[in-house]
This record gives sequence, C-alpha cells and structure tokens, in this order.
Amino acid sequence: MEQIPQIPKEKFKLVHDDNNKEQEKIGTPSLTYMQDVRRRLFKNKVAVVCLTLLSIIVLISVFAPIIAPHNPNAQQVTMSNLPPKLGQLNIPGFNGYQNMGGHMVDAYKQAGAPKDAFYLLGTDYLGRDLLSRIIYGTRLSLVVAVLATLVDLLIGVPYGIVSGWKGGKTDTFMQRIVEIVSSIPNLIVVILMMIVLKPGLTSIVIAIAITGWVTMARLVRAQTFQLKEQEYILAARTLGESSTKIATKHLIPNLSSTIIIQTMFTIPNAIFFEAFLSFIGIGIPAPNASLGTLLSDGQKAFRFLPYQMWAPAIILSIIMIATNLLGDGLRDAFDPQSSDH
Amino acid sequence: MEKILEVKDLHVDFDTYNGTVHAIRGVDFHLNAGETLAIVGESGSGKSVTVRAVLQLLASNAKISKGEVLYHGDDLLQKSDQDMDKIRGNKISMIFQDPMTSLDPTMTIGKQVAEPLLIHNNVSQKDALQRAEEVLRLVGIPNPKARMNDYPHQFSGGQRQRIVIAIAIVDYPEILIADEPTTALDVTVQAQIIDLLKELQQKIGTSIIFITHDLGVVAGIADRVAVMYAGRFVEYGTVNEVFYNPQHPYTWGLLDSMPTLDTSESARLNSIPGTPPNLLNPPKGDAFAPRNKYALEIDEEEQPPFFKVSKTHYAATWLLHPDAPKVTPPAGILKRFEKFQKLGGNAK
Amino acid sequence: MTKYILRRIFYLFLTLFIIATITFFLMKMLPGTPFSNQNRMSAEQLKIVKAQYGLDQSVFVQYVRYLGGLLQGNLGTSFQFNNEPVTLLIGQRLAPSMQIGAQAMIVGTIFGILLGAVAAIRKNTWVDTLATFVSILGLSIPSFVLAVLLQFYLAYKWKIYPVALWDNFQSSVLPTIALAALPLGTVARFMRTEMVDVLSSDYIELAKSKGNSNWKVVTKHALRNSLIPVVTIIGPMAVSVMTGSMVVENIFSIPGIGEQFVKSITTNDYPTIMGLTIFYSFLLIIVYLIVDILYGLIDPRIRLGNGGKE
Repeated sequence: MEQIPQIPKEKFKLVHDDNNKEQEKIGTPSLTYMQDVRRRLFKNKVAVVCLTLLSIIVLISVFAPIIAPHNPNAQQVTMSNLPPKLGQLNIPGFNGYQNMGGHMVDAYKQAGAPKDAFYLLGTDYLGRDLLSRIIYGTRLSLVVAVLATLVDLLIGVPYGIVSGWKGGKTDTFMQRIVEIVSSIPNLIVVILMMIVLKPGLTSIVIAIAITGWVTMARLVRAQTFQLKEQEYILAARTLGESSTKIATKHLIPNLSSTIIIQTMFTIPNAIFFEAFLSFIGIGIPAPNASLGTLLSDGQKAFRFLPYQMWAPAIILSIIMIATNLLGDGLRDAFDPQSSDH
Repeated sequence: MEKILEVKDLHVDFDTYNGTVHAIRGVDFHLNAGETLAIVGESGSGKSVTVRAVLQLLASNAKISKGEVLYHGDDLLQKSDQDMDKIRGNKISMIFQDPMTSLDPTMTIGKQVAEPLLIHNNVSQKDALQRAEEVLRLVGIPNPKARMNDYPHQFSGGQRQRIVIAIAIVDYPEILIADEPTTALDVTVQAQIIDLLKELQQKIGTSIIFITHDLGVVAGIADRVAVMYAGRFVEYGTVNEVFYNPQHPYTWGLLDSMPTLDTSESARLNSIPGTPPNLLNPPKGDAFAPRNKYALEIDEEEQPPFFKVSKTHYAATWLLHPDAPKVTPPAGILKRFEKFQKLGGNAK
Repeated sequence: MTKYILRRIFYLFLTLFIIATITFFLMKMLPGTPFSNQNRMSAEQLKIVKAQYGLDQSVFVQYVRYLGGLLQGNLGTSFQFNNEPVTLLIGQRLAPSMQIGAQAMIVGTIFGILLGAVAAIRKNTWVDTLATFVSILGLSIPSFVLAVLLQFYLAYKWKIYPVALWDNFQSSVLPTIALAALPLGTVARFMRTEMVDVLSSDYIELAKSKGNSNWKVVTKHALRNSLIPVVTIIGPMAVSVMTGSMVVENIFSIPGIGEQFVKSITTNDYPTIMGLTIFYSFLLIIVYLIVDILYGLIDPRIRLGNGGKE
C-alpha cells in the first residue's frame, strides 16, 4: 500500500471532457420482454423437448388422413386382434408373434393374412388398424382440447377482465356467480351434461366448457385487479384513453403470461376429461376412436392383448406429461423469479 | 485497539443465468472492538454481499472464491457449517433490512426472540422467554409481557424492526451487522432506530457494522466509514476524514449529491452520470472511470492501489499518485475541505 | 371468523339447492323413461308403475316433493336394484369408497409433502429433478391407466395382490396407489413451489442467522409456513380422488359409490344418479368448508384478523 508503483508519466492525463456521452452508456444490451421470454424458454431443454414432441403429435394429427396407413373404422374381422408387426423385420414384440397356450405362434399366418400385410401396432377385436385408430383418436382428443381452450379464452378472459376492471358491485356480483359455479364439482356437471346431451364431440366440449372457464376467469380477474392499480395504467386513464384501448393495449399484453400458462393446464385437463368420459362409456360414441375409447377397449382385453392398451396409454401419458412440463417451462420463462436465478 | 474482525482480499462470485458475476472483487477491512463501521455505497455495490459472506449466509449460487475472514484471528471461511451455526446469532448477529418480511409470520414474537438463547445456551424455555421479555422491553416494545404471544402482523413496521433488533442482541453478540436497518422505515422511525442502536451499543458494548446507502444516516452513528463501489472499497477513513476530506472522485460524487443545509432551494442536486459497470465482465482498470470526469488514462488500464492519506484514511484513486495532475474538485467538496481545516485536519 | 363461517354455510345450502334444482330438471329433460328399456309393459302396468314413483304428477309437484324429500334426508328411490332407497344404497357402499378415498388422500398428501419438501431443499440437484419427474408422472398419468397397469403387473402377472376382490386390507392396496398418484403429484408440486418461496424469504435468512442448523430452519420455520397454503389444495384433491374412484372402483370391482355411480349412468337409473350427484356435491362442499375453516385456524394472520395483506 505504501509503495507507489512506477507508471509512465504520460498515462496521467485526463481522458474525459465534461460532456462525455460514454458516461450514459448502459452495460448490458436490453432485450424486449418477449425476446427474453423466448430466450429463457429455448434455454430450457425439457421445455424444448416437450415442445418438439407436441409439435410432432399435432402435425401427425393434422395430417392424419395422409399419414394413417388404414381407414381407422374399417373392420376386417378375419384380421382381428393381430399383434404388432413391423414389415418383415424380425424385432421381438414387433414380429407378429403371440403367446398362445405357452408357445409363440405367428398370429398373421394363423389369420391367413397376405404375406406382405402388417400392422405396426396390431389390430383390435374388429380387425381395425390400431395405429390409424390412435392417430385419429389423438386428433379427436386434441380437437376437444383446442375447442375447450377456445371456450375458456372466449368466456373466461373477458369475464375476468370485466369483473376485475369494473370492481365494486359488478365485481361482487360476478364473483358470487364464480363462487357458486366453482363450488359445484365440475365432474358432476360434466357427467350430467353428458347424460342429457347426446354423447359426442359437441357435448363433451360444452360439458367441459360450462365449468372450465371459472379458473381462467379467477386468475384473469386477480391479475387485472393488480394491473389496474399500476402507474402506467393510471397514467393511461388519466390521459383519457378509452377502456377498450386500455384493455387491448395495456391489459391483454400484460395478462398474456397468465393466460398462456393457464391454457397449458387447460389442455391436459380437457384431454383427461374426454378420456375419462369415453372410458366410462359416455364420451365419444362408437365407431369413432378417441384416446379414451381406445383405452376403454384396450382395458377390456388387457390381460391377453396388452399391446392394445399400451399404445394409447403411452400416447395419452406423453401428451399429458409434455403439456404439463411445457406449462412449467413457460411459467419459468415468463416469470424468472419463480425459477432459480 | 483490538481488531476483532478482519476481512482480507475477499472475492465473491455468483453463478447466474448469464454467466459469472464477480460481485466482490477484493475487499479488505477490519473492525475494532466497540466501534461502528459504516459501509456506504449504491445498490448493487456489494455491501450486503460482503457482510453476508462474513456470516456465510450467501445464496446457494454464490461462491467465496478467495479471501479470509478472521474473527479473533480464526478464519471463519475454514469453519464447517455446524461451527458457523455456533457463531451466528451468538457471537455475530445480523439485523435485516425489511422488518415486514424478516419475522416468521406463524410464530409468536416471544418465541422468535427467545430462539437464539435456546439454540446457544443451555437454558430452560421459561428462562429464555423471561429474558426475551426483558430484551423486548429494552428495545422499547411497550407492555412486552402481554405482547409476547402476539404474531408479527400485529405490530407496526417500526415495532417489528425493534423486534428484529431484539432477536439480534438477545444473546449479547460481540458483533452486530446491521444491513440497511432503517431503509424500509419512515424518517421519524429511522431516527428512533438509530438512537436505539447507539444506546444498545453503549449498554452491551457490541461492535457494529452498519450498511447503508444513506450518507445522512452514517454521520449520526459511525466512527469510521468505508465507501464501496462495484465490488471494491474505494475509500475508507474516520467519519470526519471521509466526509470533509474525501479523496476519491466517487466519494466526491456521493457527497455532492447529498443536500446540505447550505443547498439553496432553487439549486439542483448533483448526480453522478451513468450506471455502475456490469460485473459479469468487470473493467480492467478503475471501475468508476467511465463515469468519472476526472478519469486518467491509467484508470482505464490499471486498478488504482490504496494511497495513504493519513494513518486512518486511505483512498484508491490514481489522483493521489505524485505524477497525477492537480484537479479541482467540485465546489461543494472544496467547502468541505475548508470545514476539515477548521476541524484541525490537514486537507489536501 | 364466525361471520365468515356462517356466510360459507349459507353458500353451502344455496349451492346444494342449485345443484338439486339443476339435477332435477336435467333429469326431467331426458328423453324416454327408465322403463322404456325394460321389458314391454302394458299401458295399464306402466300407469301403475308411474303412479308408484309419482311420475304421473306435474313436473312442478314432483320438484317440490323432491326438495321436501331432500330436506328429510331422502334422496329418492332407485328404479333398479330392487327399489332400494338411494340413501340405503349409499349407506351400503360408503365404507369401501371412504376407505380407499381416505387412504389415498393420506398417502398422497404425506408422500407429496415429503417429496415436495425434499425437492425444494435440494433445489437444482438430481434429487429435485427426480422428485419433479415423479410428481409430473403422478399428475399426468390418468388414474385409470395406472389402475389397469397396476392390476396387470402386480396382481395378474406377479400375483402380489388380489386382482379384483374386496375383502381385506390387501385388496385396498392397489386401488389406493392408483388413486394416490394424482394427489401425490399435486401436493408435491405445490409444496415444492411454496417451500422454494419460503426458503428464499427473509425470515428464513433471519432464522439461519440466529444460529439454527439447516435441519432446524426447515423443521421449525420453513415446513410450517409452506404447509399452510398446502391445506388449500385438499379440496380440489378430494374432487380428483372422487373422480378417480369412479373408474378405479370399476376396474378393481370394489363395491363402492363410484362403481355404483357408473353403473347407474349406464343403466339410466335417474333417481340414483340424482341422489348420488347431490350426495357427492354435499360431501365435496363440506370438505371445502372444513378446509377453509382449517386454513383460517392454522394461519394466525387470518385467525387473528387483519394483516392478511403485507
């Protein structure tokens, strides 16, 4: 500390003039909020894997008519209950052999199938191609999910915004309704609706929608309530911006994270409900396939033909896991405080 | 005077999403028995991290990469977590910034105050609660006997800070670390808390490390002051030396941005332009150089060492090098120099 | 607090009334009668049967009668099952449902809390990753899929547990596991989030600065504070266990209420569906009410009024 280092004299020169622009430079480059969210999301490996998986599943469902190798409802009774087989490749579990009375038998030969015929995931008790049924079933389940989510957005979001923004008596009244609707167990409503309406896609969506919007409305209301008190919203109001303009310019963008995250939890919920209803026999009617009906059919034959249950079970679980994990990833990306650093 | 705590060449890094942040980059200081040392600096300068490193209460992504923390000559950084538990709350304790969130909302305050006693001393629950009640009275909680069974939310902010202080002093610590204890409080309550700390220091003879960004508070409580910037100390000395004979341009800036009685109503307060450097990639030279209108070329190349101003006063600026050009500090600082001479010092 | 509870009880009755009304009219809207799929009856016979069930009266009279019956605890009479009163049906089948439901809730909650707490304490380590993975599995795999898998492997193939039998505790193990997965996943996730929050709070830092060991910080301060909000999800969990029980009871052939409900749906036994719907709603609303009161009691900020906002 005491010794003074030797420094060339010319280094002791003032470098700044009085108005140095450099001084106002900020160290880190700034990113917009959405850029930051995207960056955080794509750095999350789990979320990226889930996103990819879901994208593939969605694409396959969209292009089901092109991709599915067979008509999902075409029955061919002679080909019933054939195990999975992948071409002429002799992969155990995918070679068309089946345990019958203790030894493995080529089920395709027994059924008298043409030499080049094969079903990747086998066939069901009516000889329908399981792979095609699963592709179409997934498609139907996803349609249910998308429709349920849309209703969620169309009812839940405006309801929440109005309730939170108006406040006062309107809010109290609207919240009473929410309170009552949410204290009715939604499963019961869904089942009652399914009994009254004819089983089918529309009924399922209506049944899920009747109770599903409540959570969304609650979250949006709470968030709107908070946002309303924010200075920039107050400023916009003071400046006389119209309510609609404030809602579209300030509220919706700030609510987007809440809405997106909640949507990621609505989707698996809707898929679950569809599967559940179809499983207990009041969902999608035969002969159409959904993941729920496939599981229900598969369960009946599970002891002897486990492959009929495994495939839809795995697909359903993958969709549920991936949406849940992606929802987590999105939450972390939108709200970095909820995650780690 | 006995040095009870000595921190040597402390470095703390944080692993973050964007890379390693070098939050503390070589800090040296000591604390004498019975004195109050104030550490001053703006948000993010590393004040809190420095004292948390002393108690090893850092976040899980922090790492003390280098340095020593000598407590009576014993390096605390070499101690196990179990051994540190015996020191925390017993020998060295801490007061936190926000009294609204520092107390466990689900535990009665009597139990919270008594807790350190039960951890460190072999006392019965009854005796500990008895003592907690005395300490609550000492810190100025009215009717402590009745309020022992109340929960934190039943107290005001100022009272809660008194409770936090009671927890910190209940076991008569040798060192009390106060991390911005008045920042979250109203100005009138601030003064009361400062008075309380001074009074307690007299009564129990503890040494205090007082962290603040508010220079006004420092004058009232500290014996010595250290000014911190971007993870390093830039100047330290006695209160009078730092306040009236500041040497580092950053200290000049800080003092100049503080309103004084002489500041006329129409005058604008001075501010320091720019923002602190990003400690992901700390600058090679003096971290303050980009914001410093007195910066020298050498500042951008090499970190200035501490130059001795007096036996107790050191500053890390190349302006103190014999080869440096003479610069004229801002007018407000020149006035301070005059005052320093009146106080009998020898201003530069 | 008392005022709050009274208000809640008022809402309980209001909700039940609404549910009863909706259920009643929905059932009336249904096409056909339960007798239409029974063996052909003569017009005369049909009239007698209708009079016997009060179906010859106007809908409004039937509604008032139904509500009156409800107030006396009468949930109606089943069309099937030997004309048993629905209350009797419930009474006979309540025990198995309650047993596996309660077991699943207890197992799910306890292990969920442990899993979530461990994950939070060991945040960002492989322990955390594993715990998160387990809870996501529990959350994502529908109970009926899990039930079938458990039945196939643990009962049918490896013969560790009975396949579909209801006699002793052994036979309740698999249904309990199948039902517990969802509460376990939910609680674990919730607990982890809460605990991570609590562990990074100022009062935990203060507790550590007092000289508490890490273990004591967790047991004396962090656990209690993270558990309080976990109480709030017991209600939704009860709903999911109930949902699950309908299919799980079916798969394992357990003579419980859930199995009865599904059976009634498939046989169009409207009085039973109505009765069970109201019973289920009552049960869940009571659970919600208890949870709410419990929450108020264990959180001093609510119990002692005021200060909820900080």
